[in-house]
Amino acid sequence: MRSSNQTLEEILTLAAAHFKVAREKLAPDDDFFRTLGLNSLQTLELLTRLEHHFRIELPDYELQGVSDFRTLAERIQARL
Amino acid sequence: MLNLDQYSCLGEALRDAVDRWGDETCLIESDRDRERTRLTYSDFKELALPLARALEDAELHAGERAAIIMSNQSKWLISAYAIFYCGAVLVPLDYKLTAAEQLQLLAHCKAKFAIVEYYLWRTMMQSPDLKNLKALVLVTEAPLSADLANGFRWEDFRRKGDPVFVPRKREDVACIVYSSGTGGRPKGCVLMHENYLEQCKSLTTWYPFWPGVRYLSILPTNHAIDFMVGFIGPFVCGACVVHLRTLRPEFVRDAFVRYKITHVSLVPMVLKNLERGLRAKFEALSGIKRFVLDYFIALNKSFTRARPNPKLSRRLLPQIHKAFGGELAAMFTGGAFMEPSTLEFFYELGIPVANGYGLTEAGTVLTVNDLKPFRADTVGKPLPGVELRILNPDSEGIGEVAAHSKTVMSHYLDDPELTAETIVDGWLLTGDLGRFDGKGHLQLFGRKKNMIVTEGGKNIYPEDIETAFEGVPVKEYCIFAANYLWPEKTLGREMLVIALRLEEGQEFASALKDEIVSRNRRLPDFKRVGGYLVWEKDFPRTASMKIRRAVLAEEIGKSRERTAVSEL
Repeated sequence: MRSSNQTLEEILTLAAAHFKVAREKLAPDDDFFRTLGLNSLQTLELLTRLEHHFRIELPDYELQGVSDFRTLAERIQARL
Repeated sequence: MLNLDQYSCLGEALRDAVDRWGDETCLIESDRDRERTRLTYSDFKELALPLARALEDAELHAGERAAIIMSNQSKWLISAYAIFYCGAVLVPLDYKLTAAEQLQLLAHCKAKFAIVEYYLWRTMMQSPDLKNLKALVLVTEAPLSADLANGFRWEDFRRKGDPVFVPRKREDVACIVYSSGTGGRPKGCVLMHENYLEQCKSLTTWYPFWPGVRYLSILPTNHAIDFMVGFIGPFVCGACVVHLRTLRPEFVRDAFVRYKITHVSLVPMVLKNLERGLRAKFEALSGIKRFVLDYFIALNKSFTRARPNPKLSRRLLPQIHKAFGGELAAMFTGGAFMEPSTLEFFYELGIPVANGYGLTEAGTVLTVNDLKPFRADTVGKPLPGVELRILNPDSEGIGEVAAHSKTVMSHYLDDPELTAETIVDGWLLTGDLGRFDGKGHLQLFGRKKNMIVTEGGKNIYPEDIETAFEGVPVKEYCIFAANYLWPEKTLGREMLVIALRLEEGQEFASALKDEIVSRNRRLPDFKRVGGYLVWEKDFPRTASMKIRRAVLAEEIGKSRERTAVSEL
């Protein structure tokens, strides 16, 4: 079982790869709408990639109101 | 379709629709690639009537209010049907609001019942505002072990025996729809049965549905457009509504093919996303394939100049149409935000996008493109029964759009002052600036009022956002839409600006900026403030110390340029 920190780190790495930015430019408390300039559709695309990676299903509502990587990691960790 | 002239209320029309179209498929609900629900109109009735009976037994009376807070799904429509069957007033609330906002609106509309999806109720139960909730709550899809506080399981809330249908008159209230405004002043549009019946009649005159139509419901059903085009319209015509539990782009694309979708409504953002995807695919084609594609697109364009020809377009561009399921007849989109190039892109592929314009206060839609011929540069012509006027036009013919129609709401709930400002002598003042071209099409040029509409179709009122900045260490502040301060004849470049009045001798230090940025980040992305400006004078205020926004906006607009706004 992954630790919360591992989950968070993997999410940051995947987000960096998915949106083609350097990993070191992303921090856990970054607001991904702002840091990555994303809209809600693009964050849904990231969700799909995370689902494949963690082999879980995340309902869309898990992302409702979430705008930083740390909270996203908490939601994913709860389903692992 | 049903002859809507013979009905006095939505409940009656829906009741007859489920009887008339009994064996037709009415609802399909899919989660990813798993189909969860498929109902005929008869199945729908069997599910809805026991709920209506239980609501009646729980004393939901005619004219009382019942709210629904759910993402798009069959239970939404079943619940709405049952509420109308009881003669009650439906209050569709936005499931994307925060729990505090939802509880605030439930209190504002004095809901007697609230039908809430479990994941939303889970959050509402943790809210300190829950103690003020007076409504009886029915919770859908709650796990059996879940603690629902005082809520009841929706699935268990049903009674045997036929409910008594409660008729309403056309002038009775059908729905209260909040057009936004969750801050100090909720704007609850009170819409009558007449508004909906007339809106449905006029829309289906231009865009009829029939059994066999499969409408993909993506816009939230609480939104006026999906409520009309993804519920009332399809039902009175015997069409089928497809709901998706997962709105990820890849599953939406699959749904077009799996369910051979014929009609869909989309916000500009989704349409642009589809366009981007297709353009990327076109770019990736090899030279000769791209040449052939461009040739057939040009051919299709020349054959569909006067009006769409779906059969021909599907033959000329089969691969593209297959990707959309092969039966897509029209996509609807709302708003001035839509870039003409996106509309043209799809039309040239043989997929008509009917761009329209409307607001909750006007029922749903005031104008829509009739595709005869297709126009990408307008929001179409007024629907049958809709009269539009341009008030105080300038030298270019541009002025405020005012509407007169049987679809216009009765009033704002508990707000006679705002109602009087908005509906004057029977004309709804839209706050939007527009003009008619020589062919009777409406073109929009900007907004007169202090609000913005996002690409995702959300109305944002700056006043509602100010509470997020309470306690910021400045003397006073006020939030405006940039286009309200500096009117432009465009709907682009919309952003929110916070005007700050600092304390005497205070400097705009980085700590202050950090505080504002931090507060801003707590807001949903579509509500965030984009820039700030420091204002050197005290804000003008009324005798009751409210900021005189219009006066302040005029002063700022006159003495500063838009370039004075610094980015946050």
